[in-house]
Amino acid sequence: MSSLWSELERVLGEVQKPARYIGCEDGMTVPDHHPDAVAWLLCYPDTYEVGLPNQGLQILYEILNERPDAVAERGYAPWMDLAAVLRREGLPFFSVDTHRPARDFDVLAFNLSAELVYTNVLECVDLAGIPIRTADRADDDPLVLVGGHCAYNPEPLADFVDAAVLGDGEEVVSEVTVVLSAWKAAGGGSRAELHRRLAVVPGVYVPSLYEADFEESAAGGTPGRRLVGIRPVDDAAPAVVEKRTVADLADWPYPKNQLVPLTEVVHDRLNIEVFRGCTRGCRFCQAGMITRPVRERPAEQVRTMVADGLRRTGYDEVALTSLSTADFSGIEEVVAATVADDACGQVSVSLPSLRVDAFTVGIAAEIQKARRTGLTFAPEAGTWRMRQVINKLIREEDLYAAVESAYSQGWRRVKLYFLTGLPTETDEDTLGILQMARRCVEVGRRHLRNPSVTVSVGGFVPKPFTPFQWFGQNTEAELKRKVGLLRDELKRDTKGYRGVQLKWHDPKATAVEGLLSRGDRRLCDVVEAVWRGGGVFQEWSEHFDLDLWSEAVEAAGLSFEEMVYRHRTEDEAFAWDHLSAGLHRDFLWQDWRDALDAVGLEDCRWTPCYDCGACTGYGIEHVVASAVPPAGGSQGTGQDLGSGGEVPVVLMARPGSEGADEQVAVGVGS
Amino acid sequence: MRVRIRFTKVGKVRFTSHRDVARIWERALRRAGISMAYSQGFSPRPKLSFGLALSTGHESDAEYLDVELVDERYAAEDAWGDSGTAATDLAEALTSVLPDGMDVVAVAPIAFDGTKGESLQQAVVSCTWAVEVDGVERADVDAWVADVLSREEIVVERERKGKPVVEDLRPQVLALRVEEESGTGSSGVRLLADLGTQPRALRPTELLVAVDPPLVARSVRRMNQWMSQGADREEPLTVAVAPAPPTTESA
Repeated sequence: MSSLWSELERVLGEVQKPARYIGCEDGMTVPDHHPDAVAWLLCYPDTYEVGLPNQGLQILYEILNERPDAVAERGYAPWMDLAAVLRREGLPFFSVDTHRPARDFDVLAFNLSAELVYTNVLECVDLAGIPIRTADRADDDPLVLVGGHCAYNPEPLADFVDAAVLGDGEEVVSEVTVVLSAWKAAGGGSRAELHRRLAVVPGVYVPSLYEADFEESAAGGTPGRRLVGIRPVDDAAPAVVEKRTVADLADWPYPKNQLVPLTEVVHDRLNIEVFRGCTRGCRFCQAGMITRPVRERPAEQVRTMVADGLRRTGYDEVALTSLSTADFSGIEEVVAATVADDACGQVSVSLPSLRVDAFTVGIAAEIQKARRTGLTFAPEAGTWRMRQVINKLIREEDLYAAVESAYSQGWRRVKLYFLTGLPTETDEDTLGILQMARRCVEVGRRHLRNPSVTVSVGGFVPKPFTPFQWFGQNTEAELKRKVGLLRDELKRDTKGYRGVQLKWHDPKATAVEGLLSRGDRRLCDVVEAVWRGGGVFQEWSEHFDLDLWSEAVEAAGLSFEEMVYRHRTEDEAFAWDHLSAGLHRDFLWQDWRDALDAVGLEDCRWTPCYDCGACTGYGIEHVVASAVPPAGGSQGTGQDLGSGGEVPVVLMARPGSEGADEQVAVGVGS
Repeated sequence: MRVRIRFTKVGKVRFTSHRDVARIWERALRRAGISMAYSQGFSPRPKLSFGLALSTGHESDAEYLDVELVDERYAAEDAWGDSGTAATDLAEALTSVLPDGMDVVAVAPIAFDGTKGESLQQAVVSCTWAVEVDGVERADVDAWVADVLSREEIVVERERKGKPVVEDLRPQVLALRVEEESGTGSSGVRLLADLGTQPRALRPTELLVAVDPPLVARSVRRMNQWMSQGADREEPLTVAVAPAPPTTESA
């Protein structure tokens, strides 16, 4: 099928930022489509500016295009103006590489990195001219796959996706290609049979081969109906689908040709992944739990990728990416080499995830010779007790030392990230956020006349496969109250808080993120209704519409109280119990109990194993060059982990069940 | 030393913005391994200056860029003479790292003594545009052109910094005609317009809607920028070899 370019170029003049849709990046492949090759359209369900830099998508793009039996192109969600024009003109969703219609591909594979993009997946599939529900698709319709962190609970999209892929995609993308290639060579067949063939590939979950059971309607009404479990209904479908993990990052030096866009995008720089996985054990952090174990890239390989990448792309900035780059064993070596390399010229290096200590700031100072504007730290919680609960073991001294170091070396702004609505959080903990910020400004005044500290507060959303998966998320009203508490405190003493700026994430959006994060497949109707109501680009605050979601939830006979705000019980079934990130459920439960006891847990990279299951279950190990923890700071290195008193989590009783009046306290000694 | 570069912007890349083009050039110069002079100060930037902005979506055979180099390969005057290869070396090196549709078609030194010379924005007084209009008969366009040329003034009101200003566009219409062969067969009617740029550049799309009935452009292409008017007018850089004819891209 031919390119749609001649049709598209006539209408691109009508839309905002038309450069989003032209492709033409350096590093782009113009693939040779032929009938035997499995054609993948790798899709990011958000705008080009947000999606283009996604490393996961770029890695798979290269791996697939290196295979003789596959071709890959890319697609990004068209902004609403173009979507309207496409519908008006009868034009479909298309690839940006050669502007082919999405339907010409065998697979549409979506990267899910956030919950609020789910309606955009439906929008893209619909614009492609493919039925949004798997059950309505014909045998010759393309497959719709999803991957990425949100695919660890794909149930809210269960009716829309042919398959979800769990974990690292480097290997499984080829295994899926082999299945599809053989399928095409044999002349195809029924979609149901293809589903069965995909289900036997490790890491691939085919929702249509499973059924969800709900308990009979409890006395008192449908919102009380709970998930009993999800079970396979086909011999090909495993009882538990395990995630995929690549053992050694050194075998996967991708992307080799990072795409350089012609128009401005987020993270517009060379990005080199220095390690995958994190064992800091922050209990709120899904990424740190599901990407275990830690796998470092050899420092030598990082150096080569940086030098080659800068020369090839013309970028003047490189980011060393990971979940906590200061923990990389080769950090000093890589930084020294990059700074010393003349060929790199006026290059600045950035560490997107700074650890909170002076050592880290020292590294930042070494590499950011110029443009010292702002540094960002994430203490996440305002009191030591709260940080023990979430296992983000940063002492105040570490933060102030880091801030002191930053201001004394020329940085003028510090940004601090916090979560609110954490388990056991009291108002004292919430207000502790501002106390910390105020102290940071005071530290800054020793070096600057007008130091600035921006406090960014997000509502906490419990995620699957974390110790906090049992926690009932704070209600929208409670999060609003907490934000109000912070705003009132700032107003109460404007002089005392001079230099402190407060920003917060919309509690309404947090509520919907919570709904989708731990929801089950009953939410498919909700996602569809919101999409049909025009609710696309929900992660863009100006387009987010809570009313659409609330109406759809009510229409589906569900409630936020039951699905989001309720504490879950120990033995309660989760919508992701038939999927596995390798983590033992009893490890997570114990960690949840430890959290409620405010007991911290050290990093297992350099201390004995806690048997979380991620290494032992898959026969893999941490790949860490250094046998000792990095210098400086207290994070993860022997500190006083004494309990700071407990605040019990109260489990709300189940409606209609026995002992409905009883409230169950989980916590110390229970 | 300062070097002036003339380049094209045609095909898909025409949908990039003026800012995008600046970023593309910075990276292209670095990728080609050409050493640029950087500004001093807190946030050093390479010293590039562009001529008149081209609207996003319009094509051009005549875009310009001045860049200050600190590259020894191009520093000597004899590198640029008849026997020197600096101009072709630079053109080839840059075209190979620029996206499709952006080709370097001429390069020449401006000054070896560290002076800046006149800026492109100051030097250019008019542009020649080729505009293909959609959905109208040749005869109607002929009539429209005659109407424009017969008017003493074409007064429009537009907003400038939030305030309405009244402006006469007519003095900026230096020449306007319909291309002879156009409008026959399947091709659209093509207008050729010379529009003034001082003190403010008149955009061809502004003119199309300033006189009733308004015309709709299917494509707009800047053919030339001029530093003077009259029969012996000159461009900032002349293309030694004519650029490849405009192609309609197909993938």
